[in-house]
Amino acid sequence: MPHDHSDHDHPHALLPPDPALRVKALETILTRKGLIEPAALDEIIDTYQNRIGPQNGAQVVARAWTDPAFRADLLRDATAVVADMGFYGRQGEHIVAVENTPEQHNMVVCTLCSCYPWPLLGIPPGWYKSDAYRARAVREPRRVLSEFGVELPEDTAVRVWDSTAEVRYLVVPMRPAGTEAMDAAALARLVTRDSMIGTGLVTAP
Amino acid sequence: MRPEPVFGEPWHAQVFALTVHLNETGRFSWPDWAARFSATLAAHGLNKALNGGDDYFVAWLETLETLLAEDGTADPAEAAAVKDDWARAYLDTPHGAPVRL
Repeated sequence: MPHDHSDHDHPHALLPPDPALRVKALETILTRKGLIEPAALDEIIDTYQNRIGPQNGAQVVARAWTDPAFRADLLRDATAVVADMGFYGRQGEHIVAVENTPEQHNMVVCTLCSCYPWPLLGIPPGWYKSDAYRARAVREPRRVLSEFGVELPEDTAVRVWDSTAEVRYLVVPMRPAGTEAMDAAALARLVTRDSMIGTGLVTAP
Repeated sequence: MRPEPVFGEPWHAQVFALTVHLNETGRFSWPDWAARFSATLAAHGLNKALNGGDDYFVAWLETLETLLAEDGTADPAEAAAVKDDWARAYLDTPHGAPVRL
């Protein structure tokens, strides 16, 4: 924390912002009542900060690109096949994979809050949670896409999927041309978070 | 390319983890949480466009406080008193030392 006021040199610990103190108060009350395990909270934070993220979804996409049987299973019942890969748990109870094609581009929003396939993509980015994205993705998807730098051919339809607390979506982006020689591990490194939300495309290196 | 941090502030992570943990211990269902949180976001968004950062987690915290007040787990007056205890602990703790209640 920078000490930028010359008339005051903080002899005491810096007071956290008001909401941080409110969170600490809830934690204290719940801990005193034996309702929470502080170690469990640390584990949850560590999991989402360090272990779960878009690299999981990227593995699923790369495998769908390289394994036709897996792709068919994924499009039929994504929840089961991603669970087989070890990607299950919180906010992953019912995952639907939607595949981009030259005819249809898919993009995902949660108009009500911020439902998102945590086991595959981690915690959503700030823009996904913003009012601007949540309101405009449905109303003017092409304009939102162009702000993300995505320009689609005129004859590609855009389908917007609205997530709920029960159903979350994973976009399977199109495999870029020129990647025929790459294996699944190399392909996975090309797959971005935004491409699996539908606000980005995957490009060849 | 450096990834953006998952949580913008430590307390965002704390309130997130607290909520997930309470859901997992059966305090409330996730669809119930999502419905309540959606209602708070909608109410907050009436007067300004929420940016998805700090204001998002402020709405999240308010939802959790209300839920825990309603089910009798954390009375608002008690929460306010404990919050004041924490504030005093910070002000009474020498800079650099761990802050405890």
